[in-house]
Amino acid sequence: MAITMPLSSIIHKQPQKQRDKWPSNDFQEELVIRPLHSGDIYASFQFRTLWETDFMRGNKVSHYRLFPKSLGQVISKFSVRELHISFTQGYWRTMQWGQPFLPSPPGAELWVWFQDSVTDVDGTWKELTNVLSGIFCASLNFIDSTNTVQPSASFKPLGIGNVTDHSFLRYATLPREIVCTENLTPWKKLLPCGSKAGLAVLLKSEKLFHSSFHSQAVHIRPVCQDWQCKTTSWELRQTLNVVFDLHTPGQGKREWSLFKMFSRTLTEACPLASSSKIYIDITDNPQGEQFEVSPATPLLSQAMVLGDRRTFSVYDLTQQITFGTVRSLNLLIRWKSSEDMLRPLLHGERYVAGYGLQTGEIHTLMYNNHPYRSFPVLLLDSVPWYLRLYIHTLTVASKGKDNKPSYIHYQPSKDRVRPHLLEMLVQLPPNSVTEVTVQFERALLKWTEYTPDPNHGFYVGSSVISSLVPSIVAMDTNSTREQPLFSSFFPCKEESSYFVRVYTEPLLVNLPTPDFSMPYNVICLTCTVVAVGYGSLYNLLTRSFQIDEPSPGLAKRIANIIRKMRGVPPL
Amino acid sequence: MATSEVERRRGQLAALSIAAVVIMVGVPLWWRTTETYRAWLPVSQINELANMQLQLSADVEVVFARGTVTPEQQKKVPLTQTQDEEHTVDENTALRYRYEIRYRTATIMEEDALDQPTAAEADLSLHTLSESPCGSLVVYVIPESSSLLPEDMDVYIGQRRTALLRIGAQMRVGRTVEQLLAHLEPRIKQVLQVMSFSHTDITAALSDRVRLSPGNKESIADSMRAFKSSPGYEITFSLLNPDPKSHRLHWDIEGAVQTYIQPLLTKLAPVANFSLDSQTLYYAMLGVNPRFDSSSSAYTLNSDSLAHVINPVEARLGSNAASSNPVLNFLLYVPDAHHSPLYIHDNKKQEVPSNAFHSPRWGGIMVYNVNGFYRPEAVLPVDININMAKVMGVFLAQLRLLLGVQSSTAPPGFLMAPCGSTGLADWELDRLMWSRSVENVATATTTITSLAQLLDQIGNIVINDNIAEQVSSAVTSLQLAVAELEAGNLGFALQYSKEAIMASERAFFDPSLLHLLYFPDDQKFAIYIPLFLPMCVPILLSLLKIVSEARQKRREKQAKKD
Repeated sequence: MAITMPLSSIIHKQPQKQRDKWPSNDFQEELVIRPLHSGDIYASFQFRTLWETDFMRGNKVSHYRLFPKSLGQVISKFSVRELHISFTQGYWRTMQWGQPFLPSPPGAELWVWFQDSVTDVDGTWKELTNVLSGIFCASLNFIDSTNTVQPSASFKPLGIGNVTDHSFLRYATLPREIVCTENLTPWKKLLPCGSKAGLAVLLKSEKLFHSSFHSQAVHIRPVCQDWQCKTTSWELRQTLNVVFDLHTPGQGKREWSLFKMFSRTLTEACPLASSSKIYIDITDNPQGEQFEVSPATPLLSQAMVLGDRRTFSVYDLTQQITFGTVRSLNLLIRWKSSEDMLRPLLHGERYVAGYGLQTGEIHTLMYNNHPYRSFPVLLLDSVPWYLRLYIHTLTVASKGKDNKPSYIHYQPSKDRVRPHLLEMLVQLPPNSVTEVTVQFERALLKWTEYTPDPNHGFYVGSSVISSLVPSIVAMDTNSTREQPLFSSFFPCKEESSYFVRVYTEPLLVNLPTPDFSMPYNVICLTCTVVAVGYGSLYNLLTRSFQIDEPSPGLAKRIANIIRKMRGVPPL
Repeated sequence: MATSEVERRRGQLAALSIAAVVIMVGVPLWWRTTETYRAWLPVSQINELANMQLQLSADVEVVFARGTVTPEQQKKVPLTQTQDEEHTVDENTALRYRYEIRYRTATIMEEDALDQPTAAEADLSLHTLSESPCGSLVVYVIPESSSLLPEDMDVYIGQRRTALLRIGAQMRVGRTVEQLLAHLEPRIKQVLQVMSFSHTDITAALSDRVRLSPGNKESIADSMRAFKSSPGYEITFSLLNPDPKSHRLHWDIEGAVQTYIQPLLTKLAPVANFSLDSQTLYYAMLGVNPRFDSSSSAYTLNSDSLAHVINPVEARLGSNAASSNPVLNFLLYVPDAHHSPLYIHDNKKQEVPSNAFHSPRWGGIMVYNVNGFYRPEAVLPVDININMAKVMGVFLAQLRLLLGVQSSTAPPGFLMAPCGSTGLADWELDRLMWSRSVENVATATTTITSLAQLLDQIGNIVINDNIAEQVSSAVTSLQLAVAELEAGNLGFALQYSKEAIMASERAFFDPSLLHLLYFPDDQKFAIYIPLFLPMCVPILLSLLKIVSEARQKRREKQAKKD
């Protein structure tokens, strides 16, 4: 270490003028807690950072205030227009839990829209995945051309800008990815307050990963600051969804509290946040007959979420009164009874059928539970090349009848280069199950292409079902109104329907797996056979053969030995 | 008997022909199919590079002002003079400095320029007259009576590439030209050592190649402070606010960077590419707890605890996602309300006036106390505007140190001009370019020679064409850089040396070099043996048998003859 003297001789100019206008930065944090009918608790954190900047112009020097520098550099270096990345452990059970606020498939999912100034999209994508894998400590570097697709319709930009050229879109999933603490720590580091203050103090990994479902995501997109879209800004949304299974049998009482879930209570909001709120979904509990919440709050709020009008109790952490006299907030819910929930309108399932290690069949089931409305869905399937799809066997059937898709986009795979991409638009009749089946053949891999545990099987990423689902209540399309973060992610343009994305289960498919000592065995066996054949040929060619006295037979030899012992001359 | 003899001969012939087929077809086939691809490398040129003879040439123009030489002397003054200085650094490295000195008398316009009242003005008007190229110097010899310099100063070093040298008192008129030149020579050399390169700088730049004898601690610390030469640097300014509840900090970093940092970086553009960014980090703590000093009612950080400050902060800074260039970190730490004011103490327990310190090859940290803004009636958080002029003065000084700009102090009798608005004099840039060129050449040669050595030692490594191409281009650039240094074209030398270092690093760190590096021999033989052993043993045995029979036959023949 050395002490520095100021270089006063250089500093002779004063800065021209103190600028009083700073580029506006804004940070909001929010936690939604929804008691699920299964007795589980769904907690959804959202943190939103807005950074006002004109991103379409290449700005060389970059100064970051609330926006994390590492992500800002990624955006500017790789000319990213939109970036969505999620890491999920566990599968969201739509039939038991309803729709999540932000859906995500098991494992890692990454989809990126590049700006149209990018010339080499594939090269940029490769570099970007490597950098992101460093930032998030994840195996995103395993994303290559064999698991990347360019969906033509399913993934549209969620921010401003009307881009329709899907050659700037890349989508990849890693269903094998395990999510754990090492992914959470860098994710928390992107928050302006870190895990030091605000809602993020609740994010303790030992509790978060001791849950039925854990999903963390980062969404970056350009958004408008105002209604006329005069100023634009980058929006960074960090979301973390977790489902706690607190209804363990034997404990008797059904109750939970912030402390029980996160082993922490809240004492303050993040001082940098312009809004810091906790919402508790009390829609199913208008008179408190199912559960009671303490401390009670007089603040109530209504929001349109996923085609439903829901009521929330709101706790505003920026108000000191929320924390009461003990200066800490520990929300508590006690259950009294429970009843059946509304079935989600759209739901998807998938499984592999067939036997043996040569062929199989993928079944995708899409449920429309709406009693009288039919609606179209977009189904996206990305299947690795080693499952060779027989596309002529593709059938789509609802209620036992053939259901012809109105749009099919199919890109066949190339071995070791790119996966199959199947996208189709299917009309789901009301109250029906639509089944999509396609047969496939399992390919033989090269022995270096197998994973370290080949007998575990190979994962095939989730299918994505995107749809505009008819809504029961009129949706709020006025985006200027102050909305809670959880209800404002997917842009809503129609009053009568809302956008939903559903992910099916990933598939685990067994491929014919060789015995890995086989190559050496084969070498040894063939070499031995060759050597035996060669040896006899060699002997035939080089030896000279002479007629030899045939040696006496066994009986004769034994007789001779006996004769010798008796002293009689041999035969 | 005859048939069996014929049969035996046929067997021998068959064995011989099988052996011949195996040797003439099998062995080359096996050799060609299992050979690793190794592209051709310019090994002899690399070996030449391992033995480095580096020559640095500097052009100096010595201009005699009126009143320093008589007209008779003027005629005798030689036009040019070349001086060589040789140093052997170690058995493989030798240095030679060549100073090409040209003498002339001042033109009328230069005389006018030298008549300015102060040295700084003279320097400026001399600069407007003629601009000397990068790497060369002009020394104006001025008479003893000149008022340009203060009494006790002999040499004035300007902001550009000019120096004023006052002729000594003993050199009044009447001396011979030889005496005059002999008097001037050591002093010109001294000026050169300050303004272009000195032997200590150059040997320090060679540290990648040559193991330096351990000198005194101070000089090692000096040579380790600056960043190693690199084609680019990332400069990051971070504002650490550990207590956003008590103060909301505003810093006009955009304006400050434009005003203070950008001019310096623009000037340094030939040396490296720079990229700048800044960030604000909240709840970022120092790693040590400052001690409360009740006598001054302030918190203090001792110089020996400074080493522990950086690591915890570094975890928050975040690595650079966009490039792999070295990062220079400059942190402005605003202590939280409960640990304020905070002062850094040096070894002698004295407060450091700048309240800042730097860490070699890492960056600098400055502590900025804001306790003056807290007033009893103030509502938290307090809005605070940071005085960027004060902050940037410290950071600029640290930046110069870390980039290796300021490394020598002026010898007695030298007067340095204060550096101008860019924060860097032309000759300081030259000096940096000299040492950076030499450093790049040294690093690139070491990289290339060690790569060649490695490839030579491990025969299993595949050398692809692109690696061979990189190596050749690195070698070519190196040769060009050495030639340009010899010719004294500093700008080109630096350019080529940068290209050389980039090509050599690309070749050295190419991922294809790692393939099959550790493919073990025992596994290879485990695969070969099941085939080769049963095939070769009969051939060998029958060959041995043929040889022994032939020998026996010859012996019998000999015995018969006898």
